[in-house]
Amino acid sequence: MDELKIQVLKALEENAKLKDVELADMFGIDVEKVREIIEELEKNGVILKYKTIVNWEKVVEDHVYAIINVKVSLSREKNYDDIARRIAKFPEVHAVRLVSGEYDFQVVVKGKTLKDVAFFVAEKISTIPEVKDTVTHFVLRTYKEEGVTLFADEEDRRLAIVP
Amino acid sequence: MRRIEDLRSSRRIAKRVQEIRPSGIRRFFDLIAGRDDIISLGVGEPDFSVPWRIREEIIYALEKGYTAYTSNFGLKELREGIVEYYKKFGVKAYPEQVIITCGVSEALDLAVRTLVDHGDVVLIPEPCYVSYKPLTYICNGEPVELSTLPDFKLTYEKLMSAANFKPKILIINYPNNPTGVTYSRRELEEIADAAVELDMTIISDEIYAELTYSEKHTSIASLNGMEDRVIVLNGFSKSFAMTGLRIGFAIAPLDVLEGMLKIHQYTMLCAPTPSQIGALEALKCLDEVEKMRTEYMRRRNYVLKELKKVTELPKPEGAFYAFPKIPIEMSSEEFAEKLLIEKSVAVVPGNAFGESGEGFVRLSYAVKFEKLREALNRIVDFIDKYAKS
Repeated sequence: MDELKIQVLKALEENAKLKDVELADMFGIDVEKVREIIEELEKNGVILKYKTIVNWEKVVEDHVYAIINVKVSLSREKNYDDIARRIAKFPEVHAVRLVSGEYDFQVVVKGKTLKDVAFFVAEKISTIPEVKDTVTHFVLRTYKEEGVTLFADEEDRRLAIVP
Repeated sequence: MRRIEDLRSSRRIAKRVQEIRPSGIRRFFDLIAGRDDIISLGVGEPDFSVPWRIREEIIYALEKGYTAYTSNFGLKELREGIVEYYKKFGVKAYPEQVIITCGVSEALDLAVRTLVDHGDVVLIPEPCYVSYKPLTYICNGEPVELSTLPDFKLTYEKLMSAANFKPKILIINYPNNPTGVTYSRRELEEIADAAVELDMTIISDEIYAELTYSEKHTSIASLNGMEDRVIVLNGFSKSFAMTGLRIGFAIAPLDVLEGMLKIHQYTMLCAPTPSQIGALEALKCLDEVEKMRTEYMRRRNYVLKELKKVTELPKPEGAFYAFPKIPIEMSSEEFAEKLLIEKSVAVVPGNAFGESGEGFVRLSYAVKFEKLREALNRIVDFIDKYAKS
């Protein structure tokens, strides 16, 4: 992929709200060119979605995240992809990753209460025939999300005029 | 509190020091003091913070008790690292030729003091960084300003026009503060030719070397026949956003380095040890530099496009400055002051960098993109308003 496209992707990854005009300004190219690039990247599935990183810690609405380590047993009929797809289809499931180490999948589940999440795991994940074992870790506080730190930024301590 | 201008009436102050003009920026600084509604494009240091890996290393160094002096030269590993690092700009040197200083400011001071005898002529292309002339004065040298107008580029002809002054030293700075101009290898060859012809030693301030936007930086010390004629100055302040940690260095011919070391050992002794350890880590963080460079380049493109709507300016190819011409009937200081009062945007008047900077202002784009956008909108508005009236 050419350098310009990668630069556009990096800029959007950092700030999805950048307008086409702003991107054109940044890279010194025409707005039409920016639109063309983005359209292509969206069509090719390089850009999947534009989402917002929310600091839910600041919102009153109750919610709970849990990281669930899932151990599975494989068979000729059922491989990792098949099992992962089954898990991923639940809207409560935020992320599914195949990981190395003691467990097979790391599943992130979002629910309204601890009970919700616990029951979801017990009723929907553990009951999948290939699932042998689950361990649930509730998230107590998030410090960094998607590369963004959730604590206050350092202030700009520079003098206003420096030669 | 007494103001600095009063120095002239205080007889105990050495004449040499009395004669140094206070920096033009100082007055401007007073105007801004205490106002927090200002978008400042007047800041000559990065808006990024020191990469965390470097800070961690410094914290760790303190924990482990790396708080004693280092050798006068600086940490051996750091000097070796710098030799390795500077190969990317074409320079082949030995660690023995490197001294670690408290920022480039000290390296510059050492170089000037080492080379300048009473009455020696120092050729200073202007507009330029504010300290070259005062440092020459302090050494009883004779600064000769050389205007780089109209395009702010030094050429063979411009340099040779100063031949009659019999200059001994030339101080160059590229990528340039305040103009953002830099030099290609071919252009540097012209400067080198003139240096040989006039038999000048070059002090080359390359602090912005990492921040170039079209061609990679070439050190003038890497040119044929220049190795014994050039003192390279650089440091970690701008490229690694480490301004307050004060680590610079010089790569110099051995005789010059020996002289610099003498002064350094009697004045500074050594650069701060934890900062030196941070600098060592910095050399492993070049991808962080690339990230910052990319961001500066985006801003540069934007600034250039906006300013071109209302005025002309030399294409900023490096550092994080633009140096536009004031397109309305106003002096540099008038423009900067009115802009500050009417639009709450701070820029630095061009004449702070020498007389040939009159009629220009320096804009630093070391500010977040959103702020930069707002500031430029206001500047364009401001110019439009006065252009019509």
